[in-house]
Amino acid sequence: MDDFAPLMPPIDETNAAFWEGARVGELRVQRCVDSGRLIFPPRSRSPWGRHVEPAWEVVSGRGQIWSFVIPHPPLIPQFSELAPYNVILVALDEDPTLRMVGNLISEPGAAINSVPSQEIEIGARVRVVFEAESEELPLPRWVRD
Amino acid sequence: MLKDAAAIVGIGETAFAKALAPSETSLALEAILQALEDAGIDASEVDGFASYSMETTDEVEVARNLGAGEITFFSQVGYGGGAGPACVGQLALAIAAGQCRVGVVWRSRKRGSGKRIWSDPSIQFSTPAAWTRPWGLIRPVDEIALLARRYMHEYGATRDHFANVALAFRKMANRNPRATFFEKPLTREQYAEARWISEPLCLYDNCLESDGALACVLVSAERAKDCRQAPVYVHAFGQGIGRQSHTMTNYWSEDPLMGPAWACAKQLYRNSDIGPSEIDVAQIYDAFTPLVPLSLEGYGFCDRGEGAAFTEEGGLEVGGRLPTNTSGGGLSEAYVHGFNLINEGVRQLRGESCNPVENARTCLVTGGEGVPTSALILRK
Repeated sequence: MDDFAPLMPPIDETNAAFWEGARVGELRVQRCVDSGRLIFPPRSRSPWGRHVEPAWEVVSGRGQIWSFVIPHPPLIPQFSELAPYNVILVALDEDPTLRMVGNLISEPGAAINSVPSQEIEIGARVRVVFEAESEELPLPRWVRD
Repeated sequence: MLKDAAAIVGIGETAFAKALAPSETSLALEAILQALEDAGIDASEVDGFASYSMETTDEVEVARNLGAGEITFFSQVGYGGGAGPACVGQLALAIAAGQCRVGVVWRSRKRGSGKRIWSDPSIQFSTPAAWTRPWGLIRPVDEIALLARRYMHEYGATRDHFANVALAFRKMANRNPRATFFEKPLTREQYAEARWISEPLCLYDNCLESDGALACVLVSAERAKDCRQAPVYVHAFGQGIGRQSHTMTNYWSEDPLMGPAWACAKQLYRNSDIGPSEIDVAQIYDAFTPLVPLSLEGYGFCDRGEGAAFTEEGGLEVGGRLPTNTSGGGLSEAYVHGFNLINEGVRQLRGESCNPVENARTCLVTGGEGVPTSALILRK
């Protein structure tokens, strides 16, 4: 998985809690402590209510596929080898307007091209899994629920 | 309020090709000098600039090459393909407000022979790319394909609708000698058999990768009367960023299929005497075919979800519901961040288009749906 290293997001004060969660197998998002609304992607101030600093909490990690694509080359080298693979957008159960980009895989640890593309459907239920703990930044991916 | 206070009086452009030899600066100057010649205005009179923030040639460089006068207004607009109409609009506002008198807008880009921005893994790692690229959503086409698939699911749009867009614009280009696809037709069969780029989008859903430059010259309505060409007035101008919207990856707003066009259109029509039903011809930003039905909805030519059906029965062709991208657009003429749509809008209203729309008096020109965007209503 070292080939993926250049695409790893830089960790900063706004997203650090998300990646700390990923390392312990938790899917974390922010919540506005004033309005109670969930927030993703993370930010330093809540866009709602009194614009206070959001709190972090763990969500169920379950949702539905909102949409998906199957990229084909030309791509960057890290992904060319895996193409065609899938990228899905998951609407979270807690708030379907909170969507996460991910990959549907056949089982934890499987490759992002492990599910045949014709088996992927909008509306399918999925749950989050995390890559092996040895990875510095375990990416949340998704399996059928 | 802007309302016809400024006009486009000159347009210019280089050839378009996959690879041109001159530098971006040299191409920019060629287009600008041609536009000034078209207007009959000497370069020494230029005192205002507006350009894309992605432009590599800055105002100082352009001014010292042109022999421009003292520059009293210069501004840049961000977000790539969303910027074109805003450059014209901001310069028109500056002229109307007396900040400058002769304004030049240009875009020069060697995207055909230069590198693909998305191929550099080290860039774009601000939000939201940090939440998309690690999972393999790498290119603009992947980002838009994700919205396109949902649009198909929600509204029953099909690949045949996207083909309608690709084929309509290709037909326009077939009659335009400047176009990359002049005299090179595209059939529905070719579309159906084309290789995938990012399912559900295939090769022909993607714009060209071109080298080229374009420019236009603006002056006040008063000054425009004395120029060489009939003025094309900037009637209305809008810019828009939707609530909670993200650039390209607009996945985190309440309704991602309502892109920035909706905010932009509201402002555009607020200060316009011309509504969607009075627009004779449109130039709609078409980096990818699905942006066209989404824009048709955003700019009020049909209801939500009806943009796909709008393309049926030659809806976008000359003689159709709304003749669109009459030079071939980004899909079939050239992709220069949408600037060719501006110049084609001017040509239509001068009666100089290769695909003339009879008695066209009004033209909508849009920037990219999916990025912070802008739009113009031009009129004769």
